Amino acid sequence: MSDTTIVRPYGDTTGDGMVQVSFTLPVPHDKRAEGAAVQLAAKMGIDPAMLVHAKPVGDGFTFFVVYGRVNHLVDLSAVRVVERDYPLLSAKEVNAVVKRRLRRKLSVVGACIGTDAHTVGIDAILNVKGIAGEKGLEYYRELTVTNLGAQVSVPELVEAARAQRADAVLVSQVVTQRDAHLHNTREMTAAFREAMPAQKRPLLIVGGPRFDEHMAGELGVDRIFGRGTTPGEVASYLVHALVTNRRVPA
Amino acid sequence: MSGKLDLDPVLVARARELARRAGAPVVELARSHTTVSVERAVLRLAGVSGADPDGIPWVNRLVDAVVADVGLGHGVAAPVFDAMAREGVADVTLLAQKAAAGSVRFEVPVGKAGTAARRAARRAVAAGVRLVDRRRAERERLVRRYGDPPSRPWIYLIVATGDIYEDIPQAQAAARAGADVIAVIRSTGQSLLDYVPEGATREGFAGTYATQENFRLMRAALDQTSRELGRYVRLTNYASGLCMPEMATLAGLERLDMMLNDSMYGILFRDINPVRTFVDQRFSRQVHARAGIIINTGEDNYLTTADAVDEAHTVTVSQLLNEFFAHEAGLADWQLGLGHAFEINPEVPESFRLELAHALLARELFPDAPLKWMPPTKHMTGDVFRGNLLDGFFNLVGTMTGQGILLVGMMTEAVVTPWLSDRDIALQNVRYVLGAAGGLHEDFVPAPGGFIQQRANRVLGEAVDLLERIGEQSLLTAIAEGTFGIMKRPADRGKGLAGVARHESGYYNPATDILERAS
Repeated sequence: MSDTTIVRPYGDTTGDGMVQVSFTLPVPHDKRAEGAAVQLAAKMGIDPAMLVHAKPVGDGFTFFVVYGRVNHLVDLSAVRVVERDYPLLSAKEVNAVVKRRLRRKLSVVGACIGTDAHTVGIDAILNVKGIAGEKGLEYYRELTVTNLGAQVSVPELVEAARAQRADAVLVSQVVTQRDAHLHNTREMTAAFREAMPAQKRPLLIVGGPRFDEHMAGELGVDRIFGRGTTPGEVASYLVHALVTNRRVPA
Repeated sequence: MSGKLDLDPVLVARARELARRAGAPVVELARSHTTVSVERAVLRLAGVSGADPDGIPWVNRLVDAVVADVGLGHGVAAPVFDAMAREGVADVTLLAQKAAAGSVRFEVPVGKAGTAARRAARRAVAAGVRLVDRRRAERERLVRRYGDPPSRPWIYLIVATGDIYEDIPQAQAAARAGADVIAVIRSTGQSLLDYVPEGATREGFAGTYATQENFRLMRAALDQTSRELGRYVRLTNYASGLCMPEMATLAGLERLDMMLNDSMYGILFRDINPVRTFVDQRFSRQVHARAGIIINTGEDNYLTTADAVDEAHTVTVSQLLNEFFAHEAGLADWQLGLGHAFEINPEVPESFRLELAHALLARELFPDAPLKWMPPTKHMTGDVFRGNLLDGFFNLVGTMTGQGILLVGMMTEAVVTPWLSDRDIALQNVRYVLGAAGGLHEDFVPAPGGFIQQRANRVLGEAVDLLERIGEQSLLTAIAEGTFGIMKRPADRGKGLAGVARHESGYYNPATDILERAS
């Protein structure tokens, strides 16, 4: 099994290729609309397509559910993802490493920047409460956490990072309208580059559900965390990047 | 429905008394301070409108000019109307323009000039309040003509495109699909603007700017849809953030029907200064009371940051405080859309029964308030199938416990802003549950001494304990120490503090005068 690199979606039989999709077309519900839905499914590689549900939605729109066999193959050997390249540590281990190797508290500053008011991401990572039963970074004895909250301007963030002697700056971005998350992140990294020499600059980390984890270099950050990231992963990465694998000043 | 939980009436009375005790010093604070936004709201009632070429409203320019000359603590009404008399200007917006150009000096009028200025200010503000009264009468007439929604809960849907001209057809489509209440979500960040933008707007982030013109456009469109549907469709916006009093005023002037208005939300979630918030909140609620607007409070937000089981009693405490502040400001029970939410982790054993207990507790503590029931967000994971199921259970709790306003949950919460089809699926879910179980509350009687009764009584007990602790220090200290929703918010910090002033002797605010005399 493990050397199989070509797979297809699985309905109830290996290799059946079955998928389910739903979508809305801007046409009133009639025979032609259903034909249009099947045509779209065929263009998506679903053939034969079973139109199992069609329903008028609002004025002049129809919602469809389609099941069918997709004729595309997935080549696992060609999949590229950012694998975790650091060991996952428990809170106790994180504290122990910071205490033994850094010999001071590790300072973390977090914020939602720009007009983004969605603190749910940064709070899940930083607040003691944490997420999914995992405590946030405030819970780590050897970390000093400053959570600036929502709608922090970039200059405020740089100033707070300086005042707190931040080892790492965590920025959360949820709103993606007009690519606000990308613009804000670029503005933030540019400001840090301008304000501090490279060796003094804190580790810059952004997180949010809509970031592409491959874009770290392009955005000028050290790391991007996507959907489902837990505080433990962030803490482990901080220890890895700042203590065990201490960043070489560029 | 009352008496399903066998709540101890002595304990309930004690809870209300403690809330009063905790809230009274805050009311005292609100009565002895004013803010730039309260003063701007007064000027809006007095007829100042429009904005300068940079989009800064004339009310802001005028208040800033008065503050520069005589400070904020006397109130701006008397200095403004005194200047009008001295300058021979009849139009208060024209005075604002002259003041912005630096050609008017303000002073605090005394003696005869003071009496005349106060009388003129009062006359102008009374005209604004009369306009609010006319809007209220107009709503009552339209509700009589088109009718209220046929059943409770009212179905509340959100639109949020950023562009008012996109919002309008979406809102009308939502109303035709069954929405009784339309909320236009504000652009992210508007709550921290210390001015109200002007005009119709087509650009916003994750929402549409709240402006007087946008209010007017949307209300007119929904009036048209109400006529078409034979059912009065209500419109909601936000009286929160730094411009709370002005938002309330504009809502009253444009016949909005509901406003989000929480006593502590801005403090906790927007880091707005606590004193600023309480002063602004009291004035905005006085306006809401006069305008016949139903407020929606924001307790659901606590549960998005704190644990919905461990912290359930903080919701009850906040509801009690919101009720106290609302009554004090003149709002009637039918205007209190006290908030709460279905946010218990679905992995918790008996989570549904816990939700029932909490929702029924709110229902029985506030039997005459409509109650705003908010859908799951925190435990919506992107698994839209499970999300739809959770929303179904949310709807079921809503109907079993007689909630008044039901915000329709989206299975795509935390995934995308709702698509047309998401909204349709969500409404289908609501209709199914209300259709299949709309009368279930008649049969739903929790077993005496059973799980639900015990849980509700325990939450009430914890709420009373917390109120006792707050009473020993003060509400401001409790907020400073992070009692609600974990955030710590000291009274001498936060945004908007610079716009707060203690009343000087002789402080004059004709709007407060008129609004307080009515109640």
